[in-house]
Amino acid sequence: MDNESQYSGYSYKSSHSRSSRKHRDRRDRHRSKSRDGSSRGDKSVTIQTPGEPLLDAESTRGDDRDDNWGETTTVVTGTSEHSISNEDLTRVSKELEETTPLECKRFIGPALGGCLSFFALVTPLAFLILPQVLWRDALEPCGTPCEGLYVSLAFKLLVLLISSWALFLRPSRATLPRFFVFRCLLMVLVFLFVASYWLFYGVRVLEPRERDYRGIVEYAASLVDALLFIQYLALVLLEVRHLQPAFCLKVVRSTDGASKFYNVGHLSIQRAAVWVLDRYYSDFSVYNPAVLNLPKSILSKKMTGFKVYSLDENTTNNSTGQSRAMIAAAARRRDNSHNEFYYEEAEMERRTRKRKARLVVAVEEAFTHIKRLHDDEVASSPKHPREVMDPREAAQAIFAPMARAMQKYLRTTRQQAFHSMESILTHLQFCITHNMTPKAFLERYLTPGPTMQYQQQNGRGRQWTLVSEEPVTSALRQGLIFSLRRLDFSLVVTVTPLPFLRLGEEFIDPKSHKFVMRLQSETSV
Amino acid sequence: MSYIPGQPMTAVAQRIEIQKLRQGDHLILGFSIGGGIDQDPGQNPFSEDKTDKGIYVTRITPGGPADVAGLVMGDKILQVNGWDMTMVTHDQARKRLTKKKEDVVRLLVTRKSLEKAVKQSMSH
Repeated sequence: MDNESQYSGYSYKSSHSRSSRKHRDRRDRHRSKSRDGSSRGDKSVTIQTPGEPLLDAESTRGDDRDDNWGETTTVVTGTSEHSISNEDLTRVSKELEETTPLECKRFIGPALGGCLSFFALVTPLAFLILPQVLWRDALEPCGTPCEGLYVSLAFKLLVLLISSWALFLRPSRATLPRFFVFRCLLMVLVFLFVASYWLFYGVRVLEPRERDYRGIVEYAASLVDALLFIQYLALVLLEVRHLQPAFCLKVVRSTDGASKFYNVGHLSIQRAAVWVLDRYYSDFSVYNPAVLNLPKSILSKKMTGFKVYSLDENTTNNSTGQSRAMIAAAARRRDNSHNEFYYEEAEMERRTRKRKARLVVAVEEAFTHIKRLHDDEVASSPKHPREVMDPREAAQAIFAPMARAMQKYLRTTRQQAFHSMESILTHLQFCITHNMTPKAFLERYLTPGPTMQYQQQNGRGRQWTLVSEEPVTSALRQGLIFSLRRLDFSLVVTVTPLPFLRLGEEFIDPKSHKFVMRLQSETSV
Repeated sequence: MSYIPGQPMTAVAQRIEIQKLRQGDHLILGFSIGGGIDQDPGQNPFSEDKTDKGIYVTRITPGGPADVAGLVMGDKILQVNGWDMTMVTHDQARKRLTKKKEDVVRLLVTRKSLEKAVKQSMSH
């Protein structure tokens, strides 16, 4: 409680002699070159150089985990998934831990699609141009119908160009391990079409040097029509089919049970996984490894059980007998840990509320120290000079009184790993610039936000592993379960179909709403 | 005491004769009634069957004429001076009880304990 404040705060020097060796080592790692000192044991706060984390030497974290827990995973760009089936887990797990450089695999798909589209779009033009180039004199002239066909051909080619760019060439945000079945199917279809058209063209037009130019133009137009229909099919398969909801996915985080329900359409497992991960980053509160269900004091008590040693010579049935004896002994022992858990939780809540109250008051007071200077106000008069500050300096000026309360609150709610002092200063500067109230400033710290809020925008992507017993290109169906694993937690997804709704109709006449009073009178006679 | 309208009903009843007391201009009996076919039967705390719309005694002035005559709170009134009280509105019941020309009202009431008492005496 209050005696903690004597050696908390940014004054590292003050706690130098009191800290244990373990904390001193950790602190040394974070020490920076230039630092203000302060006298021992006093309650002043010194502003450290930015880049230092907010914790001090006495932080009460359970484990010695590094602050940058999220970003020391493998170096992969984009959101990439590797799918492994359960029997390959052990074999492949080693490869997953290796860091991979920027993958060229990410660009193969768009590149292939680009080549194919280019080929497909150039083909009709080639059909038209080749006869002109090779045997122009022998061609029959072609009048107005050809011109109409030219115009429609040009327009259709333009539409094809734009839609192939939209469907196939845009960079995707996720790389899927197995082939994206529909896209491959469509590319194969396009390739077959174009190839067969070329075949026929070669045999029927180039060989005998066909003279009917109008027929050739109509042939090219029919190819473009066929391509348009394939484009339409692609649109439906890739973009529209999965919009109509058909399944309900329940996503549960394995470490703390945070769960959400989502409605999706018909997708394959890997596409559904990408869909879920999109929603995960903005819907789920951030995963905090420091928040355990049971406090450590109670957990450690539960771990110590009875040890049963059997002195029999016969050792065949040992293990089952021993475990049964242990379980029986544990059940007989009076278990009071639920009591302690209850009181511990109540105490924790009280402490958090107290610190939160202090924090809110400190921030409110801090915000009253500055005010915005409008253009028409006189900045300074000779009698009362006031210095004019930009947002960054204003933030630093009012940060000092609230810093300790903020730090203690973050430590109580175990959030200190997510907010460094630099980030708090930046956020304060942002709030001051946009005229936010203290409550708006505190919104970020009082409730743990979604994971997106804590992401640093670097080029490296997030590595997720899709674990499933079925092949990941199979479609979603009832009772399917797959999970998305990261290093220290996983999301387990269960699929249930949405119920079929039978909607009936009942007509209510507006005049049929009538009411009477309920009487319960009592008369004395 | 559950009653199907239209079917004959049997109940163990007690005759109670109450002398009205003159208080100023009024003749009072010293109890309050509740119930009636125009009232909500579900609110009746004394009835066994919550669809029973009969007239029940809800309060008795201690020491009043009804108390002296032996009326108990929770009694269901079946007849007043020969007039039926099982299918009347609340206002009709009040009128039947407070006729200015009558000095005496002879009630036929029933209550649960009467049935028990009859059964007990029959088993002896």
